[in-house]
Amino acid sequence: MAAPTMNNAPGATGQPPKTTTLGKALNMGLRAAMERDPKVIVMGEDVGKLGGVFRITDGLQKDFGEQRVLDTPLSESGIIGAAIGLAIRGFRPVAEIQFDGFIFPGFDQIVSQLAKLHYRTQGRVKVPIVVRVPFGGGIGAVEHHSESPESYFAHTAGLRVVSCSNPVDAYWMIQQAIDCDDPVLFFEPKARYYEKAELDTSLVPEPLFASRVLRRGSTATLATYGPSVKTCLAAATAAAEDGLDLEVIDLRTLSPLDLGPVFDSVRRTGRLVMVTEAPSESSISSEVIAQVQKECFYSLEAPVLRVTGFDTPYPPSKLEEEFLPDLDRVLHAVDQSLSW
Amino acid sequence: MSSPDFWTQPPGTPPDASNEVAPAATAARPTAEQVIAGLRATTEGGADLVQLLTPEGERVHHPEFDIDITAEEIRGLYRDMVLVRRADREGNALQRQGQLGIWVPLLGQEAAQIGAGRAMRPTDMAFPSYREHGVAWCRGIDPTEIMGMWRGTDHGSWDPQEKRFHPYTIVIGNQCLNAAGYAMGQKFEGKVGDDDGEATICFFGDGATSQGDVHEAMVWGAVYDAPLVFYCQNNQWAISEPLERQTRVPLYQRALGYGFRGIRVDGNDVLATLAVSRWALDEARHGNGPVLIEAFTYRMDSHTTSDDATRYRHSDELEAWKLKDPIERVRVYLIKQQLADQDFFDGVQAEADELAARLREHTMNLPDPGPERIFSNVYAEEPATLRSQREEYQAYLSGFADSTAGGGH
Repeated sequence: MAAPTMNNAPGATGQPPKTTTLGKALNMGLRAAMERDPKVIVMGEDVGKLGGVFRITDGLQKDFGEQRVLDTPLSESGIIGAAIGLAIRGFRPVAEIQFDGFIFPGFDQIVSQLAKLHYRTQGRVKVPIVVRVPFGGGIGAVEHHSESPESYFAHTAGLRVVSCSNPVDAYWMIQQAIDCDDPVLFFEPKARYYEKAELDTSLVPEPLFASRVLRRGSTATLATYGPSVKTCLAAATAAAEDGLDLEVIDLRTLSPLDLGPVFDSVRRTGRLVMVTEAPSESSISSEVIAQVQKECFYSLEAPVLRVTGFDTPYPPSKLEEEFLPDLDRVLHAVDQSLSW
Repeated sequence: MSSPDFWTQPPGTPPDASNEVAPAATAARPTAEQVIAGLRATTEGGADLVQLLTPEGERVHHPEFDIDITAEEIRGLYRDMVLVRRADREGNALQRQGQLGIWVPLLGQEAAQIGAGRAMRPTDMAFPSYREHGVAWCRGIDPTEIMGMWRGTDHGSWDPQEKRFHPYTIVIGNQCLNAAGYAMGQKFEGKVGDDDGEATICFFGDGATSQGDVHEAMVWGAVYDAPLVFYCQNNQWAISEPLERQTRVPLYQRALGYGFRGIRVDGNDVLATLAVSRWALDEARHGNGPVLIEAFTYRMDSHTTSDDATRYRHSDELEAWKLKDPIERVRVYLIKQQLADQDFFDGVQAEADELAARLREHTMNLPDPGPERIFSNVYAEEPATLRSQREEYQAYLSGFADSTAGGGH
């Protein structure tokens, strides 16, 4: 990975902290990366004139031109496949997949080419591509617009997979992902695009491939990422009223996993609940459990429990509140763990 | 072109009422029999086939795609084809002798590949599928560099950037989109538009034309005016499936639907493939791309050494194509025109035998990679998780060091 250059970034000139949404922070991060490196290009369906269906790329084509912000044909395999060719040529493409459920036409190019070119050529060919994927549910959408496909990609060697959960991370992580010489699948919690936070662009960012403890606690540990981070923080706040002191960890990086902070936490609390919107079977949460039972075997006071989407297709949206982990299901799992 | 007009007519053309015999069909709804008949009618290429040297070694001229070429250059093309065929036959033999896991023969496609390969400039970029040993040869990749992937010691050992020849791509059609992106990059960098421009060429087969990626690549190449040449080697067979299973129309005609030119060239005529490829690459570098070339050729061997073509095609088809051999026609031409003497042919043959011996020697002595190769270069920077898995396996292996002299198990 290229040495971080964030402190020299045009976007990091010590602007006073400003309240910013997650979506706007991504936009600012993309802009900063594009200003810093003329080889950074943005490509995808409707990302130019429209600014993306979620407006994440708003204004970029106007300011950087049509050769750096490409409204592409409606063709996901094409978006990934052409991005690979552009990367081989020396560009650093940021490809947007409009919705999680539309990534599968591009799956072949991601798994067969993007993930393997560096290995196949023993490092002679680098493909520094960021694939941005708005993911997760909770927006009342029609089929194929609410999925959490991150485990497919974490299962594939050669890819890096990350997810941001808040505006500050969004701003820095997108820039760090663009700076990374490996392909990065960048999962954006679309239900959290409008969450706000103070963004101080002059601060030194956390490393990209690191998890982070968001709330210290001693009773039990909640590990999560993406859209469920907010749910877990709310659950911890609610639990505190009952005298339960929950630790909340945002994994941030899903491949490679950075579970050191989780191991440290579980060794103290003895209890772990893993929370994801993605179904549980053969998933990120499965992997976390496998690692935790190996590293924290003698510290566990209860089996690791999970609160996840069910092992079903995403349901009709009138049922998504049942499907998605919510505060009550998280607290119920914490109770189960404590009473094991 | 020679295909029956009942299925090349524009939709809505009134059927010929006087013809009571033929089954009723429109351009949009031909019968299966008519489709197959139409395809067969184009097997010889018809009037649209670009040919400059007949199978009998007669030089013919084409109003648009002729070539000005010296005797020395023709001798060079002959030498290229003889050498890559010899390397190909050696690869086949090495597999039969257990030295390779598999071999993908190019037999019969020498002219299709050498013509395209020699049309490229050093600054042009190629994206091959996995049979393009002849193009690799033209890019300065020694046949020894190809053997590792078939022996299982590597995934291809050349430097794709230095040679401007992408790694072989085995998933059918993927490389066409990668080529489209690369060509877009050439354009975005301002390297297109004059005689010094750059171009990209991607290679794929008739079977690949059924893949979505090839379709998407043609869309992308077209809408971005990419300097891209689509080079389809129609060798008539996709493993066991004949061309009729991939298309209703001659493949070169598909270009029209994407908005660029499609040319069908005699893929067994190296002068024609060179002329048409050179023209197409020049069109691309000047900003007039993309272009589709259908090199009409024949896979004279099986799909791979794992395949058995006798199960699905008749030997008389092969015999017919042997009469159109890409090398023999050049040899006949050189002799008849007195452009080469016996010393030349003997010299090329000796060189071919020498190459084969060197290839054999190299292949049989290719060292097996060490287990560390499993873990190397998965990422630009190795993650801690992979490092610990690698170290754990190394520790496991080192546990055998005391009990076995060689350190293996």
